Amino acid sequence: MEAKEKLSIVCFSGDFDRAVAALTIATGAAATNREVTLFFTFWGLNIVKKRGGHRWTGRGILARFFNFLMGGRNNLPLSRLNFGGLSPKLMTGMMKAKNVATLEELFEAAKELGISFVACEMAMHILELKKEDLIDEVTEMIGVSTFLDRSRDAKIIFI
Amino acid sequence: MAKTLDITRDCCPMTFVKVKLALAKLQSGEELDVLLNEGEPLNNVPRTATEQGHQVLSIRQEGGFHHVLIRKA
Repeated sequence: MEAKEKLSIVCFSGDFDRAVAALTIATGAAATNREVTLFFTFWGLNIVKKRGGHRWTGRGILARFFNFLMGGRNNLPLSRLNFGGLSPKLMTGMMKAKNVATLEELFEAAKELGISFVACEMAMHILELKKEDLIDEVTEMIGVSTFLDRSRDAKIIFI
Repeated sequence: MAKTLDITRDCCPMTFVKVKLALAKLQSGEELDVLLNEGEPLNNVPRTATEQGHQVLSIRQEGGFHHVLIRKA
């Protein structure tokens, strides 16, 4: 068999809808025999925090405050018409009713498919997050040069 | 006896994801009978299975659905 096609997705956004888009492409690609890397940076780190809600994750006072306000995977906002966090819940209900995979189901599928999860070292430094603040599936904290090096033969998508 | 997988109620990308994960659980040489809808699943499930080295043994229509029989590589 020829070498697997590679796909790297930069998950910059912490918006619910963009996270769904990133995970849909990622799982679809992994299921169709592509090697997929998800690189979480800035707001995207909220998707992979161990604690999913508004929690005081992080080290310094400002970082803890920031992390509390942003929250995690359970309260990602919709990029438009968020209505104070009501819309993502309504949207999840609509997705379930239509048998479309929810964010959580996509996330579980991504883990099962062996997609590689990595986090941006620099963004974690700013937000004073440590590897143990993120879910165990995030295996590494890497910089942009490592990311680009590993994505040498990959298509890169920025979401 | 082939294992069966019904993805007629699933949507993209879970259609492919479920087929991939079901095939991963089989031993080499075992068969998977996938029940799917026409359109995207019918166009792509057999194609991507072949690309991954598996063998598509048959595709047959049954009512509004299609059975795709795949043998794991």
